Amino acid sequence: MDMESRRESARALFQSMVLIRAFEERAAAAQAEGKAPGTCTSVGQEASAAGVVKALSSNDLILTNHRSAGHLLARGADPGRMMAEVLGKATGYCKGKSGTLHISVKELGVILTSTIVGGELSLATGVGLSVSMQGSDAVVACFFGDGAACEGIFHESLNLASLWNLPVLYVCENNQWQAFVHRKETMLADHISPRAASYGMDGVTVDGNDVEAVNEAARVAIAKIRETRKPFLLETYTYRTRGHYEPDDQTYVDPEELASWKARDPIASYKKKLLAAGTVSEADLAAIQREVETTIDGAFLFASESPYPAAEELLTDVYA
Amino acid sequence: MSTITAHEAIGQALAEEMRRDSTVIAFGEGVATKRHELVEEFGRARVRNTPLAEGIIAGTAAGAAATGLRPVIDLLFAPFICFAMDEIVNSAGKLRYMSGGQFSFPMVTLAMTGAGWGVGAQHNHNNEAWFVHSPGLKVVMPSNPADFKGLLKASIRDDNPVVFFLDIGLLYVPGEVPEGEHVVPLGKAAIPREGSDVTLISYGKTVHACLAAAKTLEGEGISAEVVDLRTLKPLDEEAFLASVRKTGRAVVVHEASRTCGVGAEVAATIAEKSFASLAGPVVRIAGPDVPAPSSYPLEQAFVPSAAQIVTSVRGLVGK
Repeated sequence: MDMESRRESARALFQSMVLIRAFEERAAAAQAEGKAPGTCTSVGQEASAAGVVKALSSNDLILTNHRSAGHLLARGADPGRMMAEVLGKATGYCKGKSGTLHISVKELGVILTSTIVGGELSLATGVGLSVSMQGSDAVVACFFGDGAACEGIFHESLNLASLWNLPVLYVCENNQWQAFVHRKETMLADHISPRAASYGMDGVTVDGNDVEAVNEAARVAIAKIRETRKPFLLETYTYRTRGHYEPDDQTYVDPEELASWKARDPIASYKKKLLAAGTVSEADLAAIQREVETTIDGAFLFASESPYPAAEELLTDVYA
Repeated sequence: MSTITAHEAIGQALAEEMRRDSTVIAFGEGVATKRHELVEEFGRARVRNTPLAEGIIAGTAAGAAATGLRPVIDLLFAPFICFAMDEIVNSAGKLRYMSGGQFSFPMVTLAMTGAGWGVGAQHNHNNEAWFVHSPGLKVVMPSNPADFKGLLKASIRDDNPVVFFLDIGLLYVPGEVPEGEHVVPLGKAAIPREGSDVTLISYGKTVHACLAAAKTLEGEGISAEVVDLRTLKPLDEEAFLASVRKTGRAVVVHEASRTCGVGAEVAATIAEKSFASLAGPVVRIAGPDVPAPSSYPLEQAFVPSAAQIVTSVRGLVGK
């Protein structure tokens, strides 16, 4: 990669993470101000979303979960229509019927968002089967957490995907928290990726707070899936620095552990790395940050001014 | 017309729809093993065996349905659907609405149930009402081979998730089935017997108990009309309301347990919408609120009989 493309790639990854952070913090602030319902954020995990999604091609498909804003925004979803969905407005991607937790955007290939932990794992094999039977070279990225990896459907999904050679990139965002319970209380091993071996599948763990490492690992995994048409398990080892949902006072979180992960914040770390390497200038990064703030202000304004769905919408979209 | 069993009728429907539409696929527990003629014609890519894992079978179907395929899945026995509730109820039934109409889920789930094989309550549980109560689903339960074929063809063509119950007591009973294209629309009840004194409303195996009862009652000068609901969701209200407005009396019969069963919905609908035409209370005859037993006499006692229906109708008409 030459210097210019390296700079472009770095700017894109940085911008994506900053956008995700700003969007989720605005949604959380709106909740605190009583302007929005509760939401689940992925603050602290931005490198995982940006790194993986930016490695996908435009015809690849994404399934995600209740912490989906990052995957959607990294894919290019309009923050205004997303914020409108969070506020339950008619201009939201799902007409306000999803709310903050289940946003899908078919036109961007971000499909089938399920907030039932493990739901995305159950659906991914079917999407992989469609892609496979249509003879497409697309890859299906399925994002889930360490909590979902403790569900029985994790086994069922990986077993079937490997048995049927389905082109699924399983991305386990191991954020150490399963709702209000620390991962250490629910599983003995620290990592999910070694389980891939049981299914004859490749499994890799990557530092989920290092966006370039995630991006590179995802590129390698995706290239392998395209070549072999077999599934792959990528674990991004990271940390959820906000609570399970908003509001959440996190009194159950060990402050030392939280502080140690906050010190490894993916955005701050990346900024430091880019500046040290001289890839981009401080002014450049500051400009990105300002642009993102303007975007989010505009998104919130658009969402606030948008109408609620008409009463008739209650009964539409039930059946095809 | 040809005389075939419901099991054969299902095979015909699958083969015809797979021939007609290359996006129709079939998979599930033993599908490729039991339907080897489908494997021969359509290949192993479209007809697949799966692990005994209902959750991933149904989830795979929902994911495939949302992205261009029309899966038909076989989960074997209805109680096993408990393992696939999330995928059928939360995903297939809700994600169209929750996505603001971006996706549809054209998939059919087959499951056997009902008394007759002495398989006990973990293989025999008429749980169709659970799905009637769940938004976004359609529910079908046929009573004869022609309807098995025609309703399955309509279910495969439907753009929504259909839960299709197979009463095991009916699967190997032969009946006449029209040759070739025979599609029975979803949401339309049938009137297999017309009458003027009482309406017997049922579906699945107990339709035959109603028909037997109607025959007995005819000998006593009581004319019973039989309504076979065929589709439980959407329910063909007009069909049974029109019948009850004519006869003034209604008996709802099903094998599923009584409390919150489909019969409760039918009875409430009659009370709401044609109360004035009723000459007496709407009567429900249903299975008891107990797990289905295995022992043959107990299993038979679980199922509403023609004799029970006759007794009930006599009371209702005052004879």
